[in-house]
Amino acid sequence: MANIMGFFLVLLSLTLSLYPSCALYEDQVGIMDWHQQYIGKVNHAVFHTQKQGRKRVVVATDENIIASLDLRRGDIFWRHVLGDSDAVNDIDIALGKYVITLSSSGSILRAWNLPDGQMMWESFLQGSGPSKSLLSVSASILVFSGGCLHAISGIDGDVLWRRELSGESLEMHKIRQSPNGETIYAAGLVGSSQLALYELNPKNGDIVNHKMALFSGGFSGEMLFLSDGTLVALDATRSTIVTASFNNGNLVFHQRPIIEIVPEFSGSASLLPSRFKGSVAIKTDSHVLLILVRENGKKMETLDKIEGPSAISDALLFSEDQQAFGVVRHEQDVLSLSIKLDGGGNNELITDNIKVDGQRGRAEMVFINNYIRTDRSQGFRALVVMEDYSLMLLQQGNIVWCREDGLASIVDTTISELPLEKEGVSVANVEHSLFQWLKGHFLKLKETLMLASAEDIAVIQEMRLKNSEKTKMTRDHNGFRKLLIVLTRAGKILALHTGDGRVVWSLLSPSFRKSEKCQNPTGVKIYQWQVPHHHALDENPSVLVVGRCGLGSPNFLSFVDSYTGKELESLRLTHPVTQIVPLPFTDSLEQRLHLFVDGEKRAHLHPRSSESLGVFLRELPNIYLYSIDSERGIIRGYGLKGKCIREEGDDYCFETRELWKVVFPLESEKISAVATRKSNEVVHTQAKVLTDQDVIFKYISRNVLFVATIAPKATDGIGSITPDEAWLVAYLIDTVTGRILHRVTHLGAHGPIQAVFSENWVVYHYFNLRAHKYEMSVIEIYDQSRADNKDVLKLVLGKHNLTTPVSSYSRPEVMVKSQSYFFTHSVKSMAVTSTAKGITSKQLLIGTIGDQVLALDKRYVDPRRTINPTQAEKEEGIIPLTDSLPIIPQSYVTHSVRVEGLRGIETFPAKLESTSLVFIYGVDLFYTRIAPSRTYDSLTEEFSYSLLLITIVALVAAIFITWRLSEKKELRDKWR
Amino acid sequence: MSLKRKSEVIKGMGAKGLGLPGKSTNVKVILNGGQRVAFIRPDGYFSFHGVPAGTHLIEVAALGYFFSPVRIDVSSRNPGKVQAALTENRRTLNELVLEPLQEESYYEIREPFSIISLVKSPMGLMVGFMLVAVFLLPKLMENLDTEEMRRAQEEMQNQGVPSLSNLLPGRSNN
Repeated sequence: MANIMGFFLVLLSLTLSLYPSCALYEDQVGIMDWHQQYIGKVNHAVFHTQKQGRKRVVVATDENIIASLDLRRGDIFWRHVLGDSDAVNDIDIALGKYVITLSSSGSILRAWNLPDGQMMWESFLQGSGPSKSLLSVSASILVFSGGCLHAISGIDGDVLWRRELSGESLEMHKIRQSPNGETIYAAGLVGSSQLALYELNPKNGDIVNHKMALFSGGFSGEMLFLSDGTLVALDATRSTIVTASFNNGNLVFHQRPIIEIVPEFSGSASLLPSRFKGSVAIKTDSHVLLILVRENGKKMETLDKIEGPSAISDALLFSEDQQAFGVVRHEQDVLSLSIKLDGGGNNELITDNIKVDGQRGRAEMVFINNYIRTDRSQGFRALVVMEDYSLMLLQQGNIVWCREDGLASIVDTTISELPLEKEGVSVANVEHSLFQWLKGHFLKLKETLMLASAEDIAVIQEMRLKNSEKTKMTRDHNGFRKLLIVLTRAGKILALHTGDGRVVWSLLSPSFRKSEKCQNPTGVKIYQWQVPHHHALDENPSVLVVGRCGLGSPNFLSFVDSYTGKELESLRLTHPVTQIVPLPFTDSLEQRLHLFVDGEKRAHLHPRSSESLGVFLRELPNIYLYSIDSERGIIRGYGLKGKCIREEGDDYCFETRELWKVVFPLESEKISAVATRKSNEVVHTQAKVLTDQDVIFKYISRNVLFVATIAPKATDGIGSITPDEAWLVAYLIDTVTGRILHRVTHLGAHGPIQAVFSENWVVYHYFNLRAHKYEMSVIEIYDQSRADNKDVLKLVLGKHNLTTPVSSYSRPEVMVKSQSYFFTHSVKSMAVTSTAKGITSKQLLIGTIGDQVLALDKRYVDPRRTINPTQAEKEEGIIPLTDSLPIIPQSYVTHSVRVEGLRGIETFPAKLESTSLVFIYGVDLFYTRIAPSRTYDSLTEEFSYSLLLITIVALVAAIFITWRLSEKKELRDKWR
Repeated sequence: MSLKRKSEVIKGMGAKGLGLPGKSTNVKVILNGGQRVAFIRPDGYFSFHGVPAGTHLIEVAALGYFFSPVRIDVSSRNPGKVQAALTENRRTLNELVLEPLQEESYYEIREPFSIISLVKSPMGLMVGFMLVAVFLLPKLMENLDTEEMRRAQEEMQNQGVPSLSNLLPGRSNN
């Protein structure tokens, strides 16, 4: 019965889907979608508050973004996402109206108009070799990059002069313009122990003075300009402060062991790159020391000693001769900000203790700025970057605003149901909502009949957007309300409500915080650990988060409750994990079984309980694993053998044995893309009915892997290769037996390859060098062994093989169809819609280079398309073949917004069969729900209930009136 | 080897009444699928430096406009010489000036309210059918000859088939 229903639904959907299906009206924006803009982790910030008008802060971030933020509210005035290889080295403000950015390791200098972000000029700086890139903006713009010092005009970006400051192993470390603008100082090292100091004329770049001097102790490489002509550095052992200064035309060194200044010092120190005048900040293992250096380094004294982890800002000149700096310390959930004077003595200007959300970790960076309060005293504001990449503005002991910018670096995402609705809703509530409901529909009716005033329309729009239904914290009937659980690179886990995108809870688990053991923890993957339905409904669902230290192998786990955001358990594994395999089995609490494969190819079972072990041992012979080694071009398949030999006591450790391997010739093929079916994908039917009443059967196996390899030469970029040297080979491999089901070569094809695998088809996108266009190909794979099951008589007599299970070991007879089409744009990411029962037709979601997402019906990438389809084929919905795929602007699911820095597209099924939830992430986040075949199973939001009611009332009234009329007429007839 | 050409992107768009000055800041020119990104200067120029000889692809990302990707041939023999052609329609460009092929509108246009659309809606059809039933069907009945009608009714009654007239109120006592 369900099948028949399904069939009709398919028919219905086919007829409906002949029109572009996700088209949206402009006034529907924001009803079921939301868009959030972020910038990422800030690494440079410059305030611009001098003038009247908008106060702003210009920031550069780790995501290669420069942005101008509103200081009052934290909104983005403008921002630009630079290219992937165009990392920002430094930013500053010049002439009070341009933001100057130095990027691409010092080779591109750009100026952006401060109010609107328009690029005013850009300048390409050609150097003679790699070097540090330094930017100094005061009297003029000075850039040191590529071994040359450039002076650049702030008005048009022209290079005024250029001076090469390189030579035999000379490496420049710092440049400085004297405050009066008369001299430029440049300091560098030759080797590790020879210091070179230059004095240059800012007008033409001539070298006025040049000194080299050898320091026997060697240098650590860090140095700072203390004042004009005085340098401070650390020696090679990082335990002595060395100052160097010009004295009568000679370089004079002074050195002072740190232990003499601070008796308890031990270990090694490092210079903090904060810019102070006359003093230097030194970070030791336990403290941050602020040391005042006087008389060219002859005298040094401790100004301040800051204990514990802290962040220190640059010094800020806020009056004629006073400088201040900010220190932020963090204890539990209290952030203490102190602004101190640079001069020594009782130097604390302001100390604020501010309570912050405990899930933000410690403060990593702080930038300060001053303002004049209404009582004419000095006030300070501080911009703080936290460990979870969030950005806060502190002022007068309060958090003015806080941006959750960790969300710009999502690495993985999953979804969780919301709790069920509790019984017992008050009557008043119902009445109120009923009244609201009626009022809403009355207004909508007015709108339909064009009677609504402008105010009414505004009210209607407001009601649509702020529908309280969509932001409730309970499960809804259609399955639209869910929690998106995302993991950021910083290791923070956040739950976003699909209704409006707000953060429901967030967690920076202790194992993801920076510590002695792990300096740089990052999040890697997130898995659904426990998804209770049926018998374990009183359990909360939970997720498994996997993290790692720096670039090492993932080795710490955290189990988090999806409803509350509390960490249930955290685990540090003794072995590194190379692969995590969620298995299709659950225990009685519906915890999913996972295998963690370590470096020696042993599989460790989680959860570690006797019950899960029982389930696992029963299925042991049917579990196969595979690993992809793209470096060496080998794909290996494994089976499980038995308990680990070496670890006797460990019942949850299993040895694997290699079953097969596929080796690609490294000199001609390099693995570029792999794709598998989503493990939770639902396929409605295996059969596909053709127009001529014929049936073909899809080859549906969870164990098919799509691998695309390209010529090793074809990895450097489109412009660097001729078509004859490039090719792409696509494979379909069975991961149980290692059998290659299909192999096809595209000559003249170039990466990058994006691929998506669903049901029995793969679509992949690549560049065709011959046509010089992007191309998309589709491969569909059909099961021939079931092709004989068409005879009704056989089916009736039971002589069919439909019930025989699909086995990878039986040699499959497969038939493959494929076709290729041109596609206009570059593609960043590709996904396919998924629905609850798999009945609704599919759409490809294509993230284009313009950071938009296009929904393309699967019918456009159907290998059965021909140039002249027959009438019957047309009825079936086959579209005449065209050489390129159409781009219909109305089918952009992101409509008129850009998801900057797009990296991934995730789709999740809703409970309503027609609808699929789409979450797109990059620097921005975008969420919407789409119905690939229109919402055939529910009324749309557009449906006018009031019009229906009025029609019914009118019909009933009409019935009564006509009844009365006919009675009267009859009476008259009878009298006649 | 450098590639530096004029682009009248901004001018072309300004002429079409895109009066917002802020809009032009959102245009990016992308080389080889994201290898490099260039921004547009106020006069409409963009440039890529250090592009090696070979055949490259330039794409333009501008919300609201559809730009064809451009195939760029950078000659290795004549430094500084480039050839450009649109990949969508294979038109060669004498000058590297990028112009949108068309404007893109991402929304459906809402049709203005009309009586026709109201009549076409399911409710309108219901009302329409009812009106037909009320006013036109009796007319049809009237046109029939009374004699014929009676005969037909009798036949129906004999056959025991329930007729419409039986169901109508007031006819049962006939």
